[in-house]
Amino acid sequence: MALLTLSGIRVRYGSVEVLHGIDLRVEEGEIVTILGANGAGKSTTLLSISGLVRPFAGEMTFGGTSLLRVASHEVVGLGIAQSPEGRRVFGAMSVLENLRLGAFCIRDTARSEQTLQWIFDLFPRLDERKHQLAGTLSGGEQQMLAIGRALMAEPRLLLLDEPSLGLAPLLVRSIFETVRAINKRGVTVLLVEQNARAALKLATRGYVLELGRVVMEDRAEALLADASVREAYLGG
Amino acid sequence: MEQFLQQLLNGLAVGGIYALVALGYTMVYGVLKLINFAHGDLFTIGAYLGLTLLASCNLAGLLPIPLAMLAVFVMVALLVALIGFLLERAAYRPLRDAGRLSAVVSALGASIFFQNAVMLVYGARVYVYPDFLRPDFTVSLMGVNVPGVRLLVIVASIVLMLGLWAFIQRTRIGAAVRAVAIDPAAARLMGINVDKIISLVFLIGPGLGGAAGLMVGIYYGQIDFTMGWSYGLKAFTAAILGGIGNIPGAMLGGLLLGVIEALAAGYVAMAWKDAIAFLVLILILIIRPTGILGERTADKL
Repeated sequence: MALLTLSGIRVRYGSVEVLHGIDLRVEEGEIVTILGANGAGKSTTLLSISGLVRPFAGEMTFGGTSLLRVASHEVVGLGIAQSPEGRRVFGAMSVLENLRLGAFCIRDTARSEQTLQWIFDLFPRLDERKHQLAGTLSGGEQQMLAIGRALMAEPRLLLLDEPSLGLAPLLVRSIFETVRAINKRGVTVLLVEQNARAALKLATRGYVLELGRVVMEDRAEALLADASVREAYLGG
Repeated sequence: MEQFLQQLLNGLAVGGIYALVALGYTMVYGVLKLINFAHGDLFTIGAYLGLTLLASCNLAGLLPIPLAMLAVFVMVALLVALIGFLLERAAYRPLRDAGRLSAVVSALGASIFFQNAVMLVYGARVYVYPDFLRPDFTVSLMGVNVPGVRLLVIVASIVLMLGLWAFIQRTRIGAAVRAVAIDPAAARLMGINVDKIISLVFLIGPGLGGAAGLMVGIYYGQIDFTMGWSYGLKAFTAAILGGIGNIPGAMLGGLLLGVIEALAAGYVAMAWKDAIAFLVLILILIIRPTGILGERTADKL
């Protein structure tokens, strides 16, 4: 039984339908990537999993329970944390305060301290800057903070929305290596990316979204080798 | 020197009251980006409820006066907090997705509703707080005799402000309030119930505003149903002066406005105090349009 399933998820903003029935599943322990151009509906898919956007049709389950009637602030308590598009760190708060807010729903503070230590091991930069205001961090550091903040919730499923956006190639590689390390610790990952090559090298499986529909679904190696994917997303 | 010290302390007392009311404006603005125009009227309700509890319910006759005052202080804060909570539920929450202008109109309506409700319940005349309630001791400070009530008002408002500051900066829920003010959607991703935080802000702000209303009653001895308008305007000015949405800014803005007013009244003329206070506001806003502390760190892309 899949950890996360979406079936026939449809979303509209106002009167414009942006997701026309998304079917998707993520198995425990996988790294699954969603590829697609701007406006394909990748971020909307993640937002609807986190409950920030409400589908008007379809079904969505996590660990067997339906997510559609769960309030957005309760989703994270079920084990789904998201590092959103644009990072959305709390700029006027310190790095440490941001991370502690990530653990808002965790009651066990002793365990949270261990998680914090793990995150500082993953991103030593955050440890160095823990008392700095998040808004003064560089883009790459803010990305680390957004991922670290999501991990503080001790998720079973981590949703990552464009972690490579605007980062230098070297930094992208390091962030993706860290995502692999996070996955090795047993966290399932659903990764939305425009950097398709890097995402497919990391992922076990991938979905390709076009204009709010899943147009392709396969193992990552197969997608990397596919002629149409190469042409559309990997620069030929 | 004596006049300066007297005016300074007077300014701090009035400024402390402005600051407490300003906190309500600024906190609500922080989480909802809405000016709660009914806030000044909640302050009025605080002053009237305090009078009712002290005089009509004869709490002052049942308990020793300092104890009665403290009890009334807490009760007024709780009751006005409850009214603030209901106000948000009835007038603002249903309009949350309806655009900002609708909420502003609703806020103006709520203000008119409260002001008229107070007038209908208590009548349109001026009420006088019973004299015997006013602490009548004086304290000698650097050779100057200062009315004790003035010091009590200053101490009470500073204690409340420090308490709020500690709550917002040092507790988990306080951090959640700040997070909602910065980015409500991201706060929801943290598992923060934004509706509950907004309700909490509508308990704290009106609670502080109601307590300030009671303090005005005790300090000046006189209240009327339109007092919320003038104090509300001053407190709103103080919030802007400090930087709207910024909690320490509201505290600083309130105290500063009170002191400027008192010094203007003492050294220029009573009639000029408002003109000078607003002149200072205009000058500060020309130099710093975001208010004194109203600068958010820019989020980098």
